[in-house]
Amino acid sequence: MLRQKDLLGLRDITAEEITLILDNAEEMKRLVNSGKKSFDLLKGKTLVTLFYENSTRTRTSFELAGKYLGATEVNISAASSSVQKGETLIDTGKTLQALKADFIAIRHPMGGAPHLLAKTVGCSVLNGGDGMNEHPTQALLDMLTMRETFGTLKGLKVAILGDIKHSRVAKSNLLGLSKMGAEVWVYAPKTLIPKGFDELGAHIATSREQCVDGAEAVMGLRIQLERQSGGLFPSLSEYSKFYGVNDEVLSRAAKNAVVLHPGPVNRGVELTTQVIDGQKSRIEDQVTSGLAVRMAALKLLNEYREAHA
Amino acid sequence: MNKLIKGGEVVFPDRCERADILIDGTKIVKIAKNISAEGCEVIDATGKTVFPGIIDMHAHLREPGFEGKEDIESGSKAAVAGGVTQVCCMPNTNPVCDNAVVVRYIKSRAQEVGLCKVHPIGAITKGEKGEALADIGKMAKEGAVALSDDGRSVMNSLIMRLGMEYASGFNLKCLCHCEDLDLVDGGVVNEGKNSTLTGLKGSPRAAEDIMIARDISLAESLDVPVHICHVSTYSGVDIIRSAKARGVKVTAETCPHYFILTDDIITDFDTFTKVNPPVREEKDRLAIIEGLKDGTLDCIVTDHAPHSKKDKEVEYNLAAFGMSGIETSFSLSYTYLVKSGIMTISELSRLMAGNPAEVLGLEGGEIKVGAPADLAIVDLNAKYVIDGNKFISKGKNTPFNGYEVYGKVVKTLVDGDVKYSA
Repeated sequence: MLRQKDLLGLRDITAEEITLILDNAEEMKRLVNSGKKSFDLLKGKTLVTLFYENSTRTRTSFELAGKYLGATEVNISAASSSVQKGETLIDTGKTLQALKADFIAIRHPMGGAPHLLAKTVGCSVLNGGDGMNEHPTQALLDMLTMRETFGTLKGLKVAILGDIKHSRVAKSNLLGLSKMGAEVWVYAPKTLIPKGFDELGAHIATSREQCVDGAEAVMGLRIQLERQSGGLFPSLSEYSKFYGVNDEVLSRAAKNAVVLHPGPVNRGVELTTQVIDGQKSRIEDQVTSGLAVRMAALKLLNEYREAHA
Repeated sequence: MNKLIKGGEVVFPDRCERADILIDGTKIVKIAKNISAEGCEVIDATGKTVFPGIIDMHAHLREPGFEGKEDIESGSKAAVAGGVTQVCCMPNTNPVCDNAVVVRYIKSRAQEVGLCKVHPIGAITKGEKGEALADIGKMAKEGAVALSDDGRSVMNSLIMRLGMEYASGFNLKCLCHCEDLDLVDGGVVNEGKNSTLTGLKGSPRAAEDIMIARDISLAESLDVPVHICHVSTYSGVDIIRSAKARGVKVTAETCPHYFILTDDIITDFDTFTKVNPPVREEKDRLAIIEGLKDGTLDCIVTDHAPHSKKDKEVEYNLAAFGMSGIETSFSLSYTYLVKSGIMTISELSRLMAGNPAEVLGLEGGEIKVGAPADLAIVDLNAKYVIDGNKFISKGKNTPFNGYEVYGKVVKTLVDGDVKYSA
């Protein structure tokens, strides 16, 4: 049983809870892969996806996870601009609560927004990515993919390359993987590594090679063009030359290593096309893992709700 | 009728001893043991401590313009409840206090309210925009006690230099809010482990330090005095210390939140922890205490920044900066600096009253014959738990909810009149 009504981040959950979610997700993935897409675990329940940022993958994944489990599903799109001009998050939350929502999956450009919402409403809040804070279901799906391949997370070396500084995915992975006994290594231009990442348990590599050397998982993170205009690195070509992952770099990883990317991918920037489409890539399979993780999270939060009703 | 404060422990700048204080009208006329109570209205201070009225040289009273957050009346009531008898209010009102009319308005409102003394601080630049000098002379004539563009730095160094230079002609100091806005770059918390943990954008110490160094450098080259506001970094303390050592006329202040809290408090996204400059790390906290002890930091101020619910019950990034602190400043400072054994209560009285008076050339700040009878009678043994919802101030935004503190203000006198009684 999970210990709280919300899934806000991997910072505040235990290794046991992570294992519980992954165990359930594995089962969900098996069922979904066998063609089963209709469950009644969430029958009579309502899931609202409240997205203040664009998203195809995460949003669709939450929506279908709810639908497959039998929940009624509604989505609300709010432009980022409405965060400052429109109704306050607290008021929106109260409205959704009055409409009898049971679950709210929220994505928001500002860190801590899901926490504010969770404090305001009795609904279970699932963090679908908040600013530069966390993206717990993404990290859980990455962990699911790794655990499927290697049987355990303990002792794995996970290399993350790309925009670490602005990445909630890197953060959630670091927090979650550290709890599970994996080692997280990162490499990026110095300007894209956040202060104190090592104090949170990450190993900051001094070269691309050191980062990837012997790693069981190699994860690329999207480099956004706006970071270049912000002066964080000179050009995309310089980025890919010094920081991108190509076959040669990847050859240093473990033989059975997996390549991950939360998407959307900038082909030829953080990963070369050969790497993205190569044998080690699990990027497509990650999407199914994501569905399974979100189904598992909803199922487990529902169990918590029923136990604490 | 004369008033006699009887039986209290009186806090002098260099000692603390039992004495009676005789007040005639607005002034202290005699301080001695066992003054006869005949013909006097007696205020019994037995078992209590008589502290000089606190001078808070950095507060936001929000009027005119932001009365939903605070006004001169609510702010004055909160001040006297905190033992504060003189408040200097920052000019970031609406309209900005950058002209004689607003200075006069604030003074006359404060007089109508009639609780504590309120001293307006005028803006350095028109509209606090950092572009053109405000009506400095006219504001001085109307009673502005200092100048500041608090809330932001004057980013243009030439304008800042001209402001300091021109202001010195009217004997006004610039109180510098130090923050290089390019380096802050939208940061809302201290840059470090906790900004990374929360994903909240960090603001580096360098953003503050660079401006401290710049403003000291400008003052040094002009040979004019300058005052550095709300120092929050260990490195800033060092910059000020070395400037003082070579004779620069620099004074500086800090606030209770910088010597009590660290940025560990931000990790729950509680918007009451959002303040500018941000609370930083343990080494900063310790350096600030050291700075208070060795005289590098001259004053403790509140940076009282009351906000309404709607300013704070939003996403962390959108929340207003600032903490409501005027009611808790004494108890927190007493608890964390005196009761903890770091300094004596006399030393604290200099930081909270004597030095601010000296920095701004105000009357008061010390209990002595001839001084205005501005006094705070406090019960140092009284323990209470801070609860922002019980604040008199309209701003309930304190990060200290639940903190158990000592030193309750029981009575506050301003110019000999009791303006607060618990």
